[in-house]
Amino acid sequence: MKDTQGYVTADGRQIGGVLMELRNITLRFGGVVAIKDISFDIREGEIRAIIGPNGAGKSSMLNIISGFYTPSEGELWYKGAKRPPMKPYEVARMGVARTFQNIALFEGMSVLDNVMTGRLTHMKAGIASQALWWGKARDEEIANREVVEKVIDFLEIQAIRKTPVGRLPYGLKKRVELARALAADPSVLLLDEPMAGMNVEEKEDMSRFILDVNDEFGTTIVLIEHDMGVVMDLSDRVVVMDYGKKIGDGPPEEVRSNQDVIDAYLGVAH
Amino acid sequence: MLYRTAGQFKTSYQADQALFPVRQDAVLLGVVLLFAWVIFPLTASEFAFQTLLIPILIYSLAALGLNLLTGYAGQLSLGTAAFMGVGAYACYKLVTLMPWLNPVVAILFSGAFSAGVGVAFGIPSLRIKGFYLAIATLAAQFFLVWLFEKWGWLYNYNASGAIQVPNLEMFGVYVAGPQASSVVQYFVVLAVVTLMTLVCINLTRGNLGRSWKATRDMDIAAELIGINLMRSKLTAFAVSSYVVGVAGALFVFMWRGAAEPNLFDIPLSFRILFIAIIGGLGSILGNYLGAILIVGLPVLLNTLPEALGLPISSATVEHLNIMIVGSLIVFFLIIEPHGLARLWALIREKLIIWPFPH
Repeated sequence: MKDTQGYVTADGRQIGGVLMELRNITLRFGGVVAIKDISFDIREGEIRAIIGPNGAGKSSMLNIISGFYTPSEGELWYKGAKRPPMKPYEVARMGVARTFQNIALFEGMSVLDNVMTGRLTHMKAGIASQALWWGKARDEEIANREVVEKVIDFLEIQAIRKTPVGRLPYGLKKRVELARALAADPSVLLLDEPMAGMNVEEKEDMSRFILDVNDEFGTTIVLIEHDMGVVMDLSDRVVVMDYGKKIGDGPPEEVRSNQDVIDAYLGVAH
Repeated sequence: MLYRTAGQFKTSYQADQALFPVRQDAVLLGVVLLFAWVIFPLTASEFAFQTLLIPILIYSLAALGLNLLTGYAGQLSLGTAAFMGVGAYACYKLVTLMPWLNPVVAILFSGAFSAGVGVAFGIPSLRIKGFYLAIATLAAQFFLVWLFEKWGWLYNYNASGAIQVPNLEMFGVYVAGPQASSVVQYFVVLAVVTLMTLVCINLTRGNLGRSWKATRDMDIAAELIGINLMRSKLTAFAVSSYVVGVAGALFVFMWRGAAEPNLFDIPLSFRILFIAIIGGLGSILGNYLGAILIVGLPVLLNTLPEALGLPISSATVEHLNIMIVGSLIVFFLIIEPHGLARLWALIREKLIIWPFPH
């Protein structure tokens, strides 16, 4: 790690040291190279965006961070230590939570149960205690319910807490998914296209929630998004990918004026 | 009007998470329990015990066990009868090897063997799902029934190849075997079923239940939010097989009195699967409703022509029975594919806001 000092953003927020660092990550599926030799870091408390045209490898990158894919080459450093290859559930227990490009809620459960499931990594009661609903299991249920209710309040979904998720409209589902990820009290929150398919109003709401989460809980956020306006507004630093390669990295203004990035998005004259 | 939640305010999360947060539900359950524990034992005939009350309870428990696995954890299984068999044979070995053992303890302990076997046959679920897993559990079904037949030690090398329930005493009363009375057996079954139901309700509403449901609804998301899928699936197989095994032990020791290997063949598996599906996958109540329908309907259809004085031969009644039960199953699945429990949930929802639906 080069520096642990961090920097101050344009709006005056202090960004901390490096929380996660990806070093020379390559990901191959057979002969297809999805990600080629990419390195970047994520600092504590920042909103880090990953952008790029379709098929650039953004979601694969997120899947590597959340442990769903194991990189073919390269190292991932997290909280100052090299992370060995591990299962996604182990990564989740280390404080990495995420949402999905296509909503991946538990449709058969109520909103409350969905968000409670997010607290799962914090609950330790044994099966006997759970079977009797007595002692540790009951105390945990109540204590975690309190945490969950705070998240529900925060994301303004009180009115639907007992509604089965299957009945909710799209925008609310996205919000419930964010609630489930937030309930885990993560160090890093990965958001895979949190605003895909939303109208302007819903996008504004979601942007506000993302900023609030970052502001109030100090959660580090890694964000994939196609809406450039949103990305440029929200993020502190942006990684730009194209065809599995990194073509730009830096604050939004810098990336916006980067010739490679412009070429990737607008095409080059032949 | 009677079913109203208005005015029932919760002031703590504990109250909101109570077993029956709606007062009317608790009252209703109280009435059901009163019937089950007091009124039925006082009034039921021998016929009612043997053809309705005891089998309904046992089938409900078996369906409940299957429902934990299929309805809650989403792992399709066609081997229920075989796991019941494991429970029954384990119980038989326990009481014949250790005659001093309390029969109820033996029944509850025999579920542990079934749980172990269930976990072993649940291992394929880590790699395959849906219909393919169903086929894998079908292997358990065939293998275990074959084992019950071929492994003489299991039935103490009886010439008949069947297991006979010996007379078993508990606190000076016969609870199993030819000398046990139906009332006593009914109480034993009811006590075990009540206890198991309570445990299952608690497990399904707690952390373990949520991890099962998450595994069922979206396994990839479940793993990415921190659920160990292997653990979630194997605990589902273990708990489910335990309950099914206890149901199997009750099935033989408290009801049938004897069992041959082919009793645990695939028709029984299907029967229990029907109960779970018609009752409602992913519900506790549904298993009871399904069992009442599947066990009760044939009894009703058998006694009805006689009661009405219709001159129908018993063979015709038998055929009519199969046709009517079969078409009713189809009918119920069409009007409510999520089972009788969902029907009840809808009625409840309507009642709460009745008579003003908006």
